[in-house]
Amino acid sequence: MTPLVEMHNISLRFGGNQALDNVSVNLYPGEVVGLLGHNGAGKSTLIKVLSGAYRADSGQIRVNGQEVQIRTPQDAQAQGIETIYQTLALADNLDAVANVFLGREKVRGVMLDEDIMELEARKTLDRLRVKIPSLRLPVAQMSGGQRQTVAIGRAIYFKARCLIMDEPTAALGPEETQKVHQLIKALKAEGVGIFLISHDLHDVFDLADRITVMKNGRLVGTVYTQDVTHDDVLGMIIGGVMPKNVRPADQPAPRA
Amino acid sequence: MQTQAASRANANLVQSLGVDGRILTMLVVLAVVWTVFQILTLGQPGQFLSPQNLWNLSVQTAVVGIMVGGMVMVIVTRQIDLSVGSILGFSGMIMALIQTVPPLGWGGNWILALLAGLLLGALIGAFQGYWVAYWAVPAFVVTLAGLLIFRNATFIVASGRTIGPLNDNFKVLGGGLNGSIGEFWTWVVGLVVMAYIVYQALTNRSRRIKNGLPVRPVWAEAVVNGILLALTLAFVLVMNAFPYPGTNIPRGMPVPVLITLVVLFALNWVALNTRFGRYVFAIGGNPEAALLAGINVKRILVAVFALMGMLAALAGAVQAARLNFVTNSMGNLLELDVIAAAVIGGTALAGGSGTIVGAALGALLMSSLRSGMVLMGMPTEWQNVVLGAVLLAAVIWNTVYLRNRR
Ligand SMILES: Nc1ncnc2c1ncn2[C@@H]1O[C@H](COP(=O)(O)OP(=O)(O)O)[C@@H](O)[C@H]1O
Ligand SMILES: [Mg+2]
Repeated sequence: MTPLVEMHNISLRFGGNQALDNVSVNLYPGEVVGLLGHNGAGKSTLIKVLSGAYRADSGQIRVNGQEVQIRTPQDAQAQGIETIYQTLALADNLDAVANVFLGREKVRGVMLDEDIMELEARKTLDRLRVKIPSLRLPVAQMSGGQRQTVAIGRAIYFKARCLIMDEPTAALGPEETQKVHQLIKALKAEGVGIFLISHDLHDVFDLADRITVMKNGRLVGTVYTQDVTHDDVLGMIIGGVMPKNVRPADQPAPRA
Repeated sequence: MQTQAASRANANLVQSLGVDGRILTMLVVLAVVWTVFQILTLGQPGQFLSPQNLWNLSVQTAVVGIMVGGMVMVIVTRQIDLSVGSILGFSGMIMALIQTVPPLGWGGNWILALLAGLLLGALIGAFQGYWVAYWAVPAFVVTLAGLLIFRNATFIVASGRTIGPLNDNFKVLGGGLNGSIGEFWTWVVGLVVMAYIVYQALTNRSRRIKNGLPVRPVWAEAVVNGILLALTLAFVLVMNAFPYPGTNIPRGMPVPVLITLVVLFALNWVALNTRFGRYVFAIGGNPEAALLAGINVKRILVAVFALMGMLAALAGAVQAARLNFVTNSMGNLLELDVIAAAVIGGTALAGGSGTIVGAALGALLMSSLRSGMVLMGMPTEWQNVVLGAVLLAAVIWNTVYLRNRR
């Protein structure tokens, strides 16, 4: 089976700081890969290379086995890669509709087609079942959960093949987090591949088929969730050591 | 308790009207200022609300009014342009030279002069925008340099002389003796605008209903559009109430005022209805988000500065046409008026927030204050103190407004 996305030997340096050092990960259709590591491990930087926000110094990206150049966010979007950034990347002064469609507005001629965008945004956000009374208020006036919902809506509206979620539930309460879990499972069933970055081990064990751990810009390794315990994963995150006697996990998890 | 309920009721009222609270405030302030000046000038021959004074007021607002919409866009993207007064002077001077000095100077090429001036303004703006966008040089510094360079280039190209008189056709732009469109065309413009207001209201509403989207209550629609129609009608009547000297032939709308209204309408439309306008606001709200959304932030910034430069040149044409002679100090310090008008009109220097309509009202408020204080014979120094105080009050009010909204 060819992976949906393969990042191979990606390196990236910020000044004197080697943020990524020969990192390789892959993702298959319909699976969730949990990306774990301490703050500053390089998780956000890695996925920003994939989403076109940063350019790697070296390394390759393949989509469906084809090598691709991802130079800009549009390049990533054209490959069906959508990202929910840790910072949400919302324009706080614009309303929910404008944010969902930012950079990809629907137009009639040169004129923005506000009605269509509002209808479609409403449909998409309803799917997440977080109450947003008015889509026409600046998102600055919304709660953390509502803002996160808008950021998620923005990513799922455009029918991603590969979805990157950088701490998608950080601002959510338990109930809203549950809804995001349901969404992830639904998207997975539709064959979307998902990179999930999270600090919550329970979340990751609940959702991820495989777990990739990074430390100090390097890859510690990738394991099948079913093969490891929380302590094994903590050992990878903190100590940077692979648990003993685990299978190599560069193929999708065998269905249980 | 009671006041809280009352203020909530007020907020609900404003909300269902669907109008920016800051614009409503501006309108109220303008109404108060006009009323106060009218009362203060009641005893004198030139009353504040006389057609003659209002007509003059409209011409006096034109130059800043043409530029202020561009400045809103500049400030919304978190930038500033200090060079607009100098660009106005420099391109005005170039336009004057082209139409007066041989070999180019024969009367027929005032159109060439105008186009060359506009192009020059746009190029200067784009050049400044390039350094801001692609080299991350602070706009404050780039345009401060532009202020110095083009103010003095104006002196250099004309060797310090005053250039004029200008071509008679060109002078129409300034709103002088032949510079009005007359009673008939003023009515035509007014009726077209009124028809547009009604058409917009009806089609927008029916389209939103058809699409199952929420609409304003009918009464709110009627109030807002009724006020717009009444203002348009009042404007036409005032413009047509000021005759040529010694006759009773109405002058109608001055050409510079027509230009200002067209510019402001176009900018407002672009800001609200196009991708370009959307991106201008997105960049101001969160530049990183704009980049991550794949918006070409640098190109938009260059375009915004180019637009600002072109508008400054257009204002330069109007100013030159109005004065008939271009001096090397034309437009001196005007950048401050333009920035002040934008800020009084609710544009936040932090970026991301501002409206063209608000800024237009800001420009009108500033020129109203000036005109009223002149009528009352107040010394210039005191006029400027008052304007400064108004600017400060406006910024404080705007800050409070934005904070409460959060
Ligand atoms: N734009 C940037 N410029 C310079 N250094 C950066 C930038 N973004 C991230 N870094 C650095 O790269 C390293 C990895 O950061 P990041 O990818 O955000 O980690 P994580 O998401 O795993 O917490 C950190 O040392 C961080 O300081
Ligand atoms: Mg991170």
